[in-house]
Amino acid sequence: MLDPTTPLQGLGDRLAAPPLPVEVRSLVYETGGKRVIDGLDVTIDSGGMTAIMGPNGAGKSILLRLLHGLIVPTAGDILWAGRTMDRQLARRQAMVFQRPVLLRRSVAANVSHALGLRGIVRPERAIRVDEALKLAGLEAHATTPARVLSGGEQQRLCLARALSLEPDVLFLDEPTSSLDPTSTLAIERLLLGAQRRGIKIILVTHDIGQARRLARDVIFMHRGRVIEHQDCEGFFEHPRSDGARAFLNGGLVL
Amino acid sequence: MTDFIDAFKTALGLIVTLDPNLVEILFLSLKVSLTAVAIASLLGFAIGGALAVYRFPGRGTVSAILSALMGLPPVVAGLIVYLLLSNVGPLGVLQLLYTPTAMIIAQVILVTPIIGALTRQACEDLLEEYDEQLRSLGASSGAIVVTLLWDGRYRLITAVLAGFGRAIAEVGAVMIVGGNIDHVTRTMTTAIALETSKGNIALALALGILLLAIAFAVNATLIGVQRLANRLAYA
Repeated sequence: MLDPTTPLQGLGDRLAAPPLPVEVRSLVYETGGKRVIDGLDVTIDSGGMTAIMGPNGAGKSILLRLLHGLIVPTAGDILWAGRTMDRQLARRQAMVFQRPVLLRRSVAANVSHALGLRGIVRPERAIRVDEALKLAGLEAHATTPARVLSGGEQQRLCLARALSLEPDVLFLDEPTSSLDPTSTLAIERLLLGAQRRGIKIILVTHDIGQARRLARDVIFMHRGRVIEHQDCEGFFEHPRSDGARAFLNGGLVL
Repeated sequence: MTDFIDAFKTALGLIVTLDPNLVEILFLSLKVSLTAVAIASLLGFAIGGALAVYRFPGRGTVSAILSALMGLPPVVAGLIVYLLLSNVGPLGVLQLLYTPTAMIIAQVILVTPIIGALTRQACEDLLEEYDEQLRSLGASSGAIVVTLLWDGRYRLITAVLAGFGRAIAEVGAVMIVGGNIDHVTRTMTTAIALETSKGNIALALALGILLLAIAFAVNATLIGVQRLANRLAYA
């Protein structure tokens, strides 16, 4: 696939083995005197998307931020292929948040700014910006102020920006929770495309249909712990834990 | 009343004929205040941006002092600079007292807290929204400051205009450190004070009209900037 005669920016990064599996051991995170992650253990390996599900307050978003290194655990270990998180690993990850965070700049400048922060040189940046906008179907809006885009377009831009960084691991925190079905579909298509290019996707979702459509495995969280982790079909057809059963039946999980 | 109407007519005459004395005073005022605001903007952006992003002991106190200094009375700023620059002061050797430079220094002291505090507020508001995203992208603290300053550009323009409005209209600081010397340090505000007390209402009034016009222009620009920012969803 890669022409060996063409020098590519970040080639070394992309050809190096993805830093997976990620092993989480006895992870604890406390904030404001509350233990929101309570001795969590889980192993996430490469191949396929991983969905994190669970009731509100289960600690899903916190787990994502701990994995991404945005917050520091109170105790426990997160090992990426045996390595603890460092700057170099962080540069091989990207994240899309629930509410699109876009700079007060043009659509193209939003992508360009992110690439600049990752140290991509200008000529390379222009190429990647074009690619990203084409991928997201936003090339006609390159010079539009990003914040006048619709909600769906904004989230698509956020995803395109994250993908332009060519991460090994992409985290998404309920990326489609406030989007209509069409916009959701557009995001899911982009995610499937990214997965095909070998990007490991870990997403938090409340949308059971979305998890079924996208995920290979499901991590079910409750009260700061993983109470079930199995492949997608198994999880939805034969959930093992009472909590997951209640959640899937639309019952209250207490 | 007729006196007043006559004075008003004479004042308009001075403006329309571009009376050299009037123009000289206007240009000195603009030179001093624009220079002071330019310097204060650079200082204020740096201080405000750094206070919003960097975490260090005493940060809250520094922010509070900066905000409090927004209300620094111009005469006090003038007094401080006077003490620094007077012959017996620590910077007396520079012989800057009663020069336009002294007036610029005093106005920088007056305006920097205004621009700094407004910049800090603008950057903090943005940071609340951007923090996780920027850290996710791997931005250093310095890169975050630059990003916030650029993305807050419309609010920073507002801050600069507020600072300019303050500088051009103040009389206390420039009076103390400038001395209101004819052809050297006479600004619009000090001239108005002097000419009024001398009974030369016409010149005072002409300068007053110009000052008002500047105030209106600054305000109109503010509204224009605000509207543009809203239209681009950048507010």
